[in-house]
Amino acid sequence: MEIQGADMVRAAALLGAGIAMGLGAIGPGVGEGYAAGKACEAIGRNPKEAGLLTRTMLVGQAVSESTGIYSLVVALLLIFVV
Amino acid sequence: MVISDDLWVQAAAFVGAGFAVGFGAIGAALGEGYAAGRAGQAISHNPSLSDDIVKTMLIGQAVAESAGIFALVVAMLLVFKDVEGESLLSAFAYLGAGLSMGLAAIGSGVGSGMPAGAACEGVARQPAALSTIRTNMLVGSAVCQTPSVFGMVVAFMLLFIDWADRPFWPTWAALLGAGISTGFSAIGPGLGNGITANEATLGVARQPETSGTLTNTMLIGLTVAQSTVIYGFLVSLILLFIPKPESMAMVAWAAPLSAGICMGLGGIGPGIGEGITAAYAVRRVARDVEQNVLLTRVMLVGQAVSESTGIYSLIVSLLLIFVV
Repeated sequence: MEIQGADMVRAAALLGAGIAMGLGAIGPGVGEGYAAGKACEAIGRNPKEAGLLTRTMLVGQAVSESTGIYSLVVALLLIFVV
Repeated sequence: MVISDDLWVQAAAFVGAGFAVGFGAIGAALGEGYAAGRAGQAISHNPSLSDDIVKTMLIGQAVAESAGIFALVVAMLLVFKDVEGESLLSAFAYLGAGLSMGLAAIGSGVGSGMPAGAACEGVARQPAALSTIRTNMLVGSAVCQTPSVFGMVVAFMLLFIDWADRPFWPTWAALLGAGISTGFSAIGPGLGNGITANEATLGVARQPETSGTLTNTMLIGLTVAQSTVIYGFLVSLILLFIPKPESMAMVAWAAPLSAGICMGLGGIGPGIGEGITAAYAVRRVARDVEQNVLLTRVMLVGQAVSESTGIYSLIVSLLLIFVV
């Protein structure tokens, strides 16, 4: 079987996409879960501030989400653009 | 030297058996050791209750052991598999079966050990609530086992379905990818469920009269945390049962393999994170049961956001399978 250069590069790009998104999803998943957990604890202590705490939680999670979105962007670039 | 297909398949079955019981032993052993450690601590606080504590520990360890036993069963099936006349595809099916079962047992084994340890501590603190504590522990650790059951189901499908009529290229990558997808994605939910069940069991020990509400809140949290292993299982089923046309191109096998890796690894983080969220929510519900509704709502919002990267992984996997 003869290996075509372009075919090999494309295959490597697809494998890279899977690895990028797969590993990239680990950190945000754990981090956002921790943020949400601490928010639950804080709201449990002080239910009157539930609105403020939920807002803070969502802002923190959105920032923590960013690396997951980077991974998604890189994966999509590898699949569709490269 | 020419090696026949039979021999390759036999070799792959043995390596697969090693993956299954090797990885599978990690989780159960860690979980049971953790439970035993906390049981020892509990006995040192309250030596007069050592009988009840040891019994609780043994029940909890038995549940944690089941992940290891599943792995052992799959390994035994692989070791004694009759490979005569099997096509080369079976070699990859057996490797995939070993990876799926072995990796899936890690999270469940460790996870099931956590509520067992918490129950020992709880019995030492609140001996009157022994049966309530044990019930909550068993519910929690049984749910912890489900990811390893998904792994076992995929392993059995890889073992017992005849793949010989599929083209070798690129089906081998789909079979391997199916094992990797469910195997890795089961690690996160297994661990995460253990973290939640641990707090719920401690909460029941603190306030046995709230056990009904606590178990309910725990189960809601556990169910959401399970979702990524279900995505992994879904990707495995798609890889196994939607055949691809024969193709020697590298892209044709890179895509399904990459889809399995993507969903597998991507399922780990959200599973653990959502378990941590549910653990804190359950802990607060145990202190003030009145806040159950508010805390469940916040927990679900937080878990939904934490789920997002798991969903990205699912999307990238499906793109790799169907669009590329």
